[in-house]
Amino acid sequence: MKTVELRTPLDDKQIANLESGDKVFLSGEIYTARDAAHKKLVALIEEGKDLPFDLQGAIIYYVGPAPSKPGQVMNSAGPTTSYRMDPFAPLLHERGLKGTIGKGPRSMKVRDSMVKNGCVYFAAVGGAAAGIASTVKEAKVIAYDELGPEAIRRLVVERMPLFVVNDTGGNDLFEAGVAEYRCEE
Amino acid sequence: MRELNVARITEAVKDLSIRTNLYLPDDVKKALQSSLEKEESPLGREILQVILDNHDIAEREKMPICQDTGVAIVFLEVGQEVHLIGGALDDAVNEGVRQGYKEAYLRKSMVADPVIKRKNTGDNTPAIIYTRIVPGEKVKIVFAPKGGGAENMSEVRMMTAADGIEGVKNFVVDRVSRSGGNPCPPIVIGVGLGGSFERCAMLAKEALMRTIGEPNPDPVYDEVEKDLLRRINNLGIGPQGLGGRTTALAVHIKMVPCHIASMPVAVNIQCHVSRHGETII
Repeated sequence: MKTVELRTPLDDKQIANLESGDKVFLSGEIYTARDAAHKKLVALIEEGKDLPFDLQGAIIYYVGPAPSKPGQVMNSAGPTTSYRMDPFAPLLHERGLKGTIGKGPRSMKVRDSMVKNGCVYFAAVGGAAAGIASTVKEAKVIAYDELGPEAIRRLVVERMPLFVVNDTGGNDLFEAGVAEYRCEE
Repeated sequence: MRELNVARITEAVKDLSIRTNLYLPDDVKKALQSSLEKEESPLGREILQVILDNHDIAEREKMPICQDTGVAIVFLEVGQEVHLIGGALDDAVNEGVRQGYKEAYLRKSMVADPVIKRKNTGDNTPAIIYTRIVPGEKVKIVFAPKGGGAENMSEVRMMTAADGIEGVKNFVVDRVSRSGGNPCPPIVIGVGLGGSFERCAMLAKEALMRTIGEPNPDPVYDEVEKDLLRRINNLGIGPQGLGGRTTALAVHIKMVPCHIASMPVAVNIQCHVSRHGETII
């Protein structure tokens, strides 16, 4: 386990170097999308249309932020539970998505897809939303403004603290962590 | 008979919606602090510290502790000597939610049609309101913003007398085990026993309102709570599900009588941002 400073765009070598359990400070451009936006993104792919942002090498943060106050870049913005995006993740991985950020474990199907497509999954600390917001330096809605908190935003983050959960080698920090501290009755 | 204008209720609900989303109750903070002292996992300790630091940032910056400022759960106890004037009670509550969520820049998380259209209502209404008529001439309002992630891990099961207390315990532990890191552990677990299908779910939610550290009034069920907490913390799920000793801060049981054929059991899961507050008018 190591601490890694990462700046987007990430290349395959940087992704492959990440190991489950690593602590990451992520900087650069990422995109927000959660339930409703994922439905729309996948519909666009199925219709053969362009997406509102380039998936190649992209990182999606599963978040629906609280609305910003006047003059505030980002209000509280912690991760939402990732499994709800599991049905959509493999298709997005195939189309170039390199990383996702959320909370909670992923399905076996998504984990297999990450190994196959060379992708990673990061955990942010759920509920630590005001702290995470302070790492967001720019935010702009780029699609689906009508979805409110569920709109797609382009964020620029500076040293956003994350943990690598799933690496490209198929390791899973949830499984490993729970196995270490479980006491059989 | 005491006359009370529902505008007072709007004002109280507005204040509660803001206060509960910005400031966590002391008992929850204390429980998190003491879990930090006991946690064995270095990663678990780091996460608990991030959670505690976040409370300070939220208070200082007047930002919601969590971006998921929840569905507005409102328990009303209306004294039977109170005559409400000035409008409909539910409208007054919803107006308080509307004003509070707008003024404090809290997230609006309600969709009108839950399945097909799923269009955001834009003002976090409607609130989920439970009203009871009680003796007296006061109105008590309990406000609990409930996040979606933990609520999704909750379950009702119609068990039978043959399942017994061991069956109940196994169901609760299994429900937490299957939830893993999804509901943002360390969690608080509300368990409802008895009543009917819907009543036991209500009890489980009400059980979450109890102050952490306050014992169950029934010593037998107090022991059950302690045993459940021990078993749940032995699951190893830990803070955020990444492994550790702190999976739950508390297990709270509430029970009522039930039918001879039934044994309804409900498990309501609450994330570590266990928000609730009350006002008496």
